[in-house]
Amino acid sequence: MTVRKNQAALTTDEKRRFVNAVLELKRSGRYDEFVRTHNAFIMSDTDSGERTGHRSPSFLPWHRRFLLDFEGALQAVDASVALPYWDWSTDRTVRASLWAPDFLGGDGRSSDGRVMDGPFAASGGKWPLGVRVDGRTFLRRSLGAGVRELPTPAEVESVLSMATYDMAPYNSASDGFRNHLEGWRGVNLHNRVHVWVGGQMATGVSPNDPVFWLHHAFVDKLWAEWQRRHPGVGYVPAGGTPDVVDLNETMKPWNDVRPADLLDHTKFYTFDS
Amino acid sequence: MSDLTRRRALTAAAALAATAGTAAVLAPPVSAGTTTGHDHGGHDTADTFDEVYKGRRIQGRPAAGGGHHHEHGGGYEVFVDGVRLHLMRNADGTWISVVTHYDPVASPRAAARAAVDELQGAPLLPFPAN
Repeated sequence: MTVRKNQAALTTDEKRRFVNAVLELKRSGRYDEFVRTHNAFIMSDTDSGERTGHRSPSFLPWHRRFLLDFEGALQAVDASVALPYWDWSTDRTVRASLWAPDFLGGDGRSSDGRVMDGPFAASGGKWPLGVRVDGRTFLRRSLGAGVRELPTPAEVESVLSMATYDMAPYNSASDGFRNHLEGWRGVNLHNRVHVWVGGQMATGVSPNDPVFWLHHAFVDKLWAEWQRRHPGVGYVPAGGTPDVVDLNETMKPWNDVRPADLLDHTKFYTFDS
Repeated sequence: MSDLTRRRALTAAAALAATAGTAAVLAPPVSAGTTTGHDHGGHDTADTFDEVYKGRRIQGRPAAGGGHHHEHGGGYEVFVDGVRLHLMRNADGTWISVVTHYDPVASPRAAARAAVDELQGAPLLPFPAN
């Protein structure tokens, strides 16, 4: 059984294996398919139309399945690898070990945002960006520039306390847990982290930065924590909602998996705490 | 001229040159006087705009007839140096683009300016080719 660990607790060897598996997916071309899929959904999920990956109740199960696909691809390279998660409410600064050269590398330089160290720096030659929205082919970051502060534990707590999973109109205007976690409303958790990292992470092609997976693994863990606190409160809507994935409807792009199949993460992995 | 400024100017010039042949098709010039210097916010998209922001031409206009798939831009389209920027309107009237996707702003013009800021002189790639 896969155990997803806090990135801050990884051993040197675990970091090395994770990085090497990611680099191998990039080399084989598999990695960029994940970036392409994400951007396709980012560009097509709309508040007034069909919405699946974002700004909708299925934001959480869609990303859970997307991460399972990625984790499976990593494990096909190295069976010992699991997705780590980044608790950005605790590891809140550019000095976190997450950003060290032996893991994800650090901030971008001020002139053009180019990441200069770590395994994903353009200078290493192993991280070309093939799926792009502009002409730049190098990984960029501007940690803390787009927004000064990452969410605090108290802000996380305020969202975890919300007793309703999601609410009509089931989009970026909704009240309830899902949209507050996603960040279109309220204190803004998930969206704000994308903006804080900057560079490609602030764009539709955000999986170009490997921190995407660690960010979403923590968002996914917060969903599990919310379920633990609100037993018996289920995914909604439960049926008959136009443009929205109901509990027992299949999700694109897989077309063979429903939110109902993804509510219990323990079928697939557990967390270290 | 600093290196950065020169590079931006050259990049913008190159982008304009590259799109000069198609700009008339992509983004016909809007009538003079539509750039009023103040922003009407996300709830009024009847206006067009056409200005040079940080050395790059940004244009916006109501979309002509939606197109061949669901119109994501809330009935509005924006161009940077003649290349269309993927734009989306949120339910609350705010706007995002594909280069600032998690950070809503008040209007299409603000989204176009935010895109220019983010691009730092780099050419925008057409979608969905990328």
